[in-house]
Amino acid sequence: MKTFYWLVKREFWEHRGGFFWAPVITGGVSLLLTLMSLVTGEILGRRNNLFHFDGGDSIGPNGHLDVSMLGNVGGVLDCVLFGVIALMLGIMAIVVFFYCLGSLYNDRRDRSILFWKSLPISDGQTVLSKVASATVVAPVIACIVGVVTGLLLMLMVACAASLHGLNLWQLLLHVHPLQVIASVVALIPLYVIWALPTAGWLMLCSAWARSMPFLWALLLPPASLLMVWWFGLLGLFKVGAGWFWGNIVVRLLMSLIPGGWLRDVPALGHGLHADTPDALLDFLGVAQNYAALASPDLWIGAIAGVAMIAAAIWFRRWRDDS
Amino acid sequence: MSAVITASGLSKRYKSSLALDNVSFQIAPGRIVGLIGPNGAGKTTALKAILGLTDFTGSLNVLGFDPRKQRDKLMGEVCFIADVAVLPRWIRVREVVDFVANVHSRFDRKKCEAFLARTKLQPGQRVRQMSKGMIVQLHLALVMAIDAKLLILDEPTLGLDILYRKQFYQNLLEDYFDENKTIIVTTHQVEEVEHILTDLMFIRDGKIVLDADMDAVGERFIEVMVNSDNAAAARTLKPLDERQVFGKSIFLFDGVERAQLEALGEVRRPSVSDLFVATMKGTYA
Repeated sequence: MKTFYWLVKREFWEHRGGFFWAPVITGGVSLLLTLMSLVTGEILGRRNNLFHFDGGDSIGPNGHLDVSMLGNVGGVLDCVLFGVIALMLGIMAIVVFFYCLGSLYNDRRDRSILFWKSLPISDGQTVLSKVASATVVAPVIACIVGVVTGLLLMLMVACAASLHGLNLWQLLLHVHPLQVIASVVALIPLYVIWALPTAGWLMLCSAWARSMPFLWALLLPPASLLMVWWFGLLGLFKVGAGWFWGNIVVRLLMSLIPGGWLRDVPALGHGLHADTPDALLDFLGVAQNYAALASPDLWIGAIAGVAMIAAAIWFRRWRDDS
Repeated sequence: MSAVITASGLSKRYKSSLALDNVSFQIAPGRIVGLIGPNGAGKTTALKAILGLTDFTGSLNVLGFDPRKQRDKLMGEVCFIADVAVLPRWIRVREVVDFVANVHSRFDRKKCEAFLARTKLQPGQRVRQMSKGMIVQLHLALVMAIDAKLLILDEPTLGLDILYRKQFYQNLLEDYFDENKTIIVTTHQVEEVEHILTDLMFIRDGKIVLDADMDAVGERFIEVMVNSDNAAAARTLKPLDERQVFGKSIFLFDGVERAQLEALGEVRRPSVSDLFVATMKGTYA
């Protein structure tokens, strides 16, 4: 267990740039952009006297909003928080994609694998520590940075709003950051299960390819899609190219994107009908997401992912080219 | 004491060639073995087999483990420096010491820090900022702090300047080696390891052509400097090799009576490199 912890720590040391600084810089930039647009708005607004802001009936005497408005504003701000976390997770998905591709290849190329292999660590532990870094450590860091950025963003917007007579603290009391954080954290196990086929496929290519794992990983699935389509033309193969695309190619290459499982949630299959922020938040609710566990698609993908990781461990053990 | 390594019938075939051809040998504890051979003779393959980095046929026992099946346990007892600069380039001195200290139960952190204190390495320094010599110093400091039974060095000083090379072997002898440890070293710089070896193994085309301790080598192989008038007599004794220096001939004999040779001229012990050249004659032809 101690060894595993240090293996994960080693992955973090090596990929501090992608795992930590990429989300932090993204967060910093989005805060800066928000600040710039708020300042621009204030200055241009004042110069041209555009602000005739009165909330109509909904703003009370002390700048208090009425109850229904407040609920909506709180919901909107929760959505902002979700949005920022989603942005971070999007960046993280790209980082993790390339991380997985290089994870079992780069040290073979620069021969530092000979150093790692000179330590009493099994190849299974090594590979699993990389899987954990990709599917758990990276998303957790992205979520934490996302939450912090989102809260700072809200604070900035609320400060700006309070300049115009809206009560700042009342507004912030209606945000549910803990709830948002809790649901995001609760979704991470689901993410791990969902991401397994892509992580497994990329790491298998990374462990197996003698050169250019990127090309193999990216070209093999579409090439096989072409074959399936061609066999389909000849009438030799019952499986449709559309099915193959959705269930093989997409699952092998795109499952690192969080939320991909939502297509398997039947209630949401017909598209999003969210008129209010709260409805949207329901959509992002934990229970809704975990409904995806009922679909065999998720589990078949996970089993395939585990099998590919096992194959990657085997190649890590026996690939002899350094 | 039982052998550290016992190999019998070891073979390894790559696609086109036989890298190890039915090799058998034993290495006892407390020895420093030089595994010496021309490029492509199978040295690295033999070491990889011992370390469980490659598959092979035949049987091999290293410290009681089968390197194919129990590699991770074996690596708790074995240290390994593959030819220079295999430390990951991104890692810092501090990080690599932390890491090894926490995954290796036989690592002595104080010892390692003492070794590092004798170098110019800084805790925050990354491997990519170091010269080749410094990387080897770091690697050696890590390895010497591990109380392993077997140390395997594959061309450890390749590309280092002479200061680092001398220091490398000096550190190994003074601060590391004792009767409980065994070192196997491959190198092309034979002259530099000659005086520290206790055993010599020559490997050629996947076969062990010489396996003896240094005393036995000194008894078996004799070099004689012969005046030209005795040269013909010397040739009848079937020398391994003959070369000319200052009008005299130097003959190298394998297993000829010392008294018989002393009659011909001045007798001396051949250097390992002369022995190597004579034994490997025609390898690349």
